[in-house]
Amino acid sequence: MAASPSGVPPEAIARLFTRESARAIAILTRLSGDLDLAEDAVQEAFAEALAHWPSTGLPPSPVGWILTTAKRKLVDRVRRESTRESREAQAMHLHALLRADDPPPEEGGVDDDRLRLIFTCCHPALALHVRVALTLRLLGGLTTAEVARAFLVSEATMAQRLARAKRKIRDAGIPYRVPEASELPGRIDGVLVVVYLVFNEGYTASAGDGLVRGDLCGEAVRLGRLLRLLLPEEPEVTGLLALMLLIDSRRDTRTSAEGDLVLLADQDRTRWHAALIAEGHALVRECLRLNRPGPYQLQAAIQAVHAEAPSAARTDWRQILRLYDQLLACQPSPVVALNRAVALAEVEGPAAALAVVDALPLAGFHVFHAVRADLLRRLGRTADAALAYDAAAAATGNEAERAFLRRSCRILFAAPGPHLTGAVTTVP
Amino acid sequence: MKQYLLSIYQPDGAPPPTVDLERIMRDVGALQAEMQAANAWVFGGGLHEASIATVLRPSGGDVLVVDGPFVEGKEHLGGFTVVRAADLDAALEWGRKLARATTLPIEVRPFRH
Repeated sequence: MAASPSGVPPEAIARLFTRESARAIAILTRLSGDLDLAEDAVQEAFAEALAHWPSTGLPPSPVGWILTTAKRKLVDRVRRESTRESREAQAMHLHALLRADDPPPEEGGVDDDRLRLIFTCCHPALALHVRVALTLRLLGGLTTAEVARAFLVSEATMAQRLARAKRKIRDAGIPYRVPEASELPGRIDGVLVVVYLVFNEGYTASAGDGLVRGDLCGEAVRLGRLLRLLLPEEPEVTGLLALMLLIDSRRDTRTSAEGDLVLLADQDRTRWHAALIAEGHALVRECLRLNRPGPYQLQAAIQAVHAEAPSAARTDWRQILRLYDQLLACQPSPVVALNRAVALAEVEGPAAALAVVDALPLAGFHVFHAVRADLLRRLGRTADAALAYDAAAAATGNEAERAFLRRSCRILFAAPGPHLTGAVTTVP
Repeated sequence: MKQYLLSIYQPDGAPPPTVDLERIMRDVGALQAEMQAANAWVFGGGLHEASIATVLRPSGGDVLVVDGPFVEGKEHLGGFTVVRAADLDAALEWGRKLARATTLPIEVRPFRH
């Protein structure tokens, strides 16, 4: 359909869908109690917008139009599908409910509907990969095809996964509500892990050629901002947003023009995004004031120390090591211990770090081998370092990382070598 | 209100000597009383071991009788409780209590109607 001068380009409607569909789905889910019906109705409303707006132009309140249209679609659908006896009664009931509902809250305002939807999509009774897919689809407003691409599965597979998830939500009776205060902390963790997983998948695509899939990082940051808007009192929510912003501030320097991986120590710090760093720092300070530390806040604080350093050489590694000690205390995992060892190498030297690293049960994790390789190189054990680089290259699924590790291995035999320090401090 | 089946999965054979059966029976009894007081308990009970089960299989127009459990395995359904609950969270909360009382894994599954 050709757009008239007053018309709206389809891309603008697609953007509106990404931004606003979650709110509409959330409101309709509350009213109808059926996520699937709500999603279909909102989808149909946007399809109608796509059919008309390019020629008619935007209605006065596009978001209100979408919501009103979606409500009408929902009532029509219920009327069509209900059994003959209950059809009219049910449709009337729903119609009354929808009419009684207040107009949508102002843009950017706090609304409980989306918060409920988040807790439904991230319910612990759903497998983690299912939660991620549902969240991207329903809250992120990504199309099924986009979610499928993000996780490298076919659209049919993803459609099936989403349909099964929605069926489970309906049939198992996963509630559409914000958890009670007593269960909130645990449930928030379940939401944060989903958002951070999306971010990490965007940051280091677990498979494929490109190192960074920026669209997923942006999506995770957007979800992080939404969560903070909805749960401003939760320090871990703020911590996660700060963490993502600080890591994301380096996205332009993390790969070279040729797409090769550039380590933290070798990045051009003048090209880090100052606005993202400033925002991240402000959030970290807010966390410090709240004084209820947790894993995301501590990781954000570590990133803040890196962001503050004028150069790699002038990084406050003692401060970073102290933060890792705290992180390891509240999250005693081998991966955290590995990251801590990188800081330990800077404070106490590579030998002390290697002793710690060698005791970690992480043989299947490429970063483990990369860290070992670097420590061995610094200890002058070149042959052992080469073997470790090989092991690292074999264990990663990302082409850019593999190329970097192969390059590092070649450079080993031609001084001076690249400085790998800090390579893994951004790996969760 | 929905209804949920809470299935208790139990390893075959006698429980190891470390298991305090008396305490488990007491805890399960107390939980059933709690469910009844909350008007959540519908039906339930413990089962004899799976090895003494009998399976009936339709075959053509006939039904074959087979000695033994439906699925061979190391664990079988050892008992179950049907509860009334407002939603999955409420059902999971009963399931959690049952898991603690029995010290066994619990499968929570909604009834169709």
